[in-house]
Amino acid sequence: MTDIKDSLFQPNRRRALKTLAVGAGTVAAAGMLPGLPGYNQAHSAEPIRIGFQVHRTGIGAAYGRWYDRTTEACVAKINAEGGINGRPIEIVAEDDGTDPKRGAEVVEKFASQHKCDVSFGTLFSHVVYGSAPRAGELKMPYFVVSEGHHVASGKLNRYTLQPGITDVKSQVQAMAPFISENLGKKVTMIYPDFAFGHDHRDYFSAAFEAQGGTILEKIAIPPTETSFTKYFPKIPRETEVIYHVMVGPAVLTFVKEMGEFFGPSRPEIFGFIDSLEAVDMTSPGLEFLDGTYFWEGMPRYAQEDQSEFDKAYREAVGVDENGASVSDSKDVSTFAHMFGCWETLHIIKAGMEAADYQGAADRSKLIEAVEAMSDMPHSHAHPQGAKVFNGKTHQTFGHQYISKVEGGKLVLAHTTSIEDTLYEDEVDYTTQSF
Amino acid sequence: MSTSSNTKLKALGLHLSIIAVLAVSFLVLPEYHSGIIARVLILAIYAMGYNLLFGYTGLLSLGHALFFASGMYGLGLAMQYLNAPPLVGLIAGLGFAAFVSAVIGFLALRTTGVAFMIVTLMFAQAGYLTILLMGEYTRGDEGFVIKQSQRMIAGFDLSHATNRYFVSVFLFGFCLLIIGWIVQSGFGKTLVAIRENEERARMLGYNVQLHKWIAVVISGTMSGAAGAAYALLFGYVGGTFATVQYSIFPLLYVLLGGAGTTIGPLIGALFMFYLIDISSEFTSAYLLVAGVALILLTLFAPQGIAGMLRKRVIRWLP
Repeated sequence: MTDIKDSLFQPNRRRALKTLAVGAGTVAAAGMLPGLPGYNQAHSAEPIRIGFQVHRTGIGAAYGRWYDRTTEACVAKINAEGGINGRPIEIVAEDDGTDPKRGAEVVEKFASQHKCDVSFGTLFSHVVYGSAPRAGELKMPYFVVSEGHHVASGKLNRYTLQPGITDVKSQVQAMAPFISENLGKKVTMIYPDFAFGHDHRDYFSAAFEAQGGTILEKIAIPPTETSFTKYFPKIPRETEVIYHVMVGPAVLTFVKEMGEFFGPSRPEIFGFIDSLEAVDMTSPGLEFLDGTYFWEGMPRYAQEDQSEFDKAYREAVGVDENGASVSDSKDVSTFAHMFGCWETLHIIKAGMEAADYQGAADRSKLIEAVEAMSDMPHSHAHPQGAKVFNGKTHQTFGHQYISKVEGGKLVLAHTTSIEDTLYEDEVDYTTQSF
Repeated sequence: MSTSSNTKLKALGLHLSIIAVLAVSFLVLPEYHSGIIARVLILAIYAMGYNLLFGYTGLLSLGHALFFASGMYGLGLAMQYLNAPPLVGLIAGLGFAAFVSAVIGFLALRTTGVAFMIVTLMFAQAGYLTILLMGEYTRGDEGFVIKQSQRMIAGFDLSHATNRYFVSVFLFGFCLLIIGWIVQSGFGKTLVAIRENEERARMLGYNVQLHKWIAVVISGTMSGAAGAAYALLFGYVGGTFATVQYSIFPLLYVLLGGAGTTIGPLIGALFMFYLIDISSEFTSAYLLVAGVALILLTLFAPQGIAGMLRKRVIRWLP
């Protein structure tokens, strides 16, 4: 019944709105209404509703806090610049408790109750896995900011995309050339014994062996472990590099005990900053990390050659040159990941504008528009760096950063090329129907 | 007609009415809420399984997530690696949950009281860690997706909202009728006798240990059925469902809804879901709200909502 009503009345209403809007637009263009907001009145002024699946509680809360701030800052920027197709963005945030069941419920809520246009923002992989099937069934575009390999592996669906952050497989394999050329050829890996650690184990060992290196030992640490001293004697004496990806609250203990074990004569050490996101590098116990290397998704500390984009991004989000909140220097950001929210929102904007997105009926057009994207230059929309989006695998690829800890700060030592991060396609989502 | 037959008929009538109301509700419920009810019904099956052990037999388990996850992984692994069709997957899930609960029951029932709680908790933790250690197949904490194309039975798409709703109602109704029948049978009454006074039941000649073991197996299998149904209807299998948090959920549902009542688990699961869903719109401390509600209910209605109804209004409530 509603459909019939709409089809009867909508054309006239639209025409009337269009006439009014064209009139207002002409007047505004002539500079006669300087007080008018920047929105293009030719389109409906209805906001674009973006469902933000945020980890406000649970294990992802530290990330969620900064994803929240970055999202707010980005939406303020985009709205100040005229919104999307002249329509402002409205964020509808729901806490998923970093839980896959609640995550799926939140996606349902965005689609059926809040009537959101798209959903976005999920970080933890298990929440993505739990939510993506529902997003696909509800035909709700689901833009994740997770860095998991789940999207590019082909395990999800056409409605799930990861255009704003690179995935763990590309990150890990891009580290192999630097480590083998600069740190050593014999590596011992220490990683948590669950999926995140297994990804590192599998992708890094394959990439490193392809570089001619050798993995001497793979030491898996059970997730419930709180002390690590019994694992260090397993590190072979001939180890030249230790590769570690420990995460969670025990990481400070891990670093402290590793320092006590090696004393002054240690091998080279390489880690992923995931271990120390939102952790102050000057925290007691982390002195041992001085001189070691870390992967960073985006350099936490403003570098000497800081780009104007990095500078503007920090100012907008409220992050100082040390990667901490401008209002509290102890509140350290999750700088290596949160740019993904900023960049994803800009991609949603670009996709909606390319698809001339009007409403939920245009969701498939939006996905096709994003799939058609490729080069994303380093810009205010992409402050982390240039990227290449693969429309078939729904995954973006970009530069990775390797920093050295010097005097309690992370100093950029190497930037990988985008080519270092590429791998064979594992799926072609564009062949799947909507 | 005897009083007992009369009560049984009333109980059957109540259960059939609930199933009918749930089925008809689909026509009036908004899309979001019908989707939620489908999920809540599956969780209510889980809680019904839990209630048989806790509410009727008096055994407080802190490890039921292991049974839920057994059903979920039994189905998920069969469908993922053996390409099993959904019905075969469902049987695999039920079979695996029954096997796990039979073994755990055999071992854990050597203890009683607090020791039983701790032993079940430890077994569940061991199960969770096993899922993580077998990450190559289980994908551990991340889990895996059962694709939409796999979730079809003879062209019947289980991922479709309407189909999912009615399959949930069917499964819930089936389990409710089974539980209703069990608790009013001689076996069910023996379980209640064990709960009330184990020594007296033993003195009367009942094989208490065997009854408790059968209760664990039925309870675990029903919880596993819920896990398998969740995976099939919502397309996700993951280790999170084996964590201690998911052992606590059915306990909360049963405490809120009414332990030892057939409809308590449904009431508790519904109450808990909407409490969290609504309070999370106002505060990120929604678990605090749930905790306060639970404390208030425990203080003022220790028998839970359905328990209070039975005490004050509907004395024949099964």
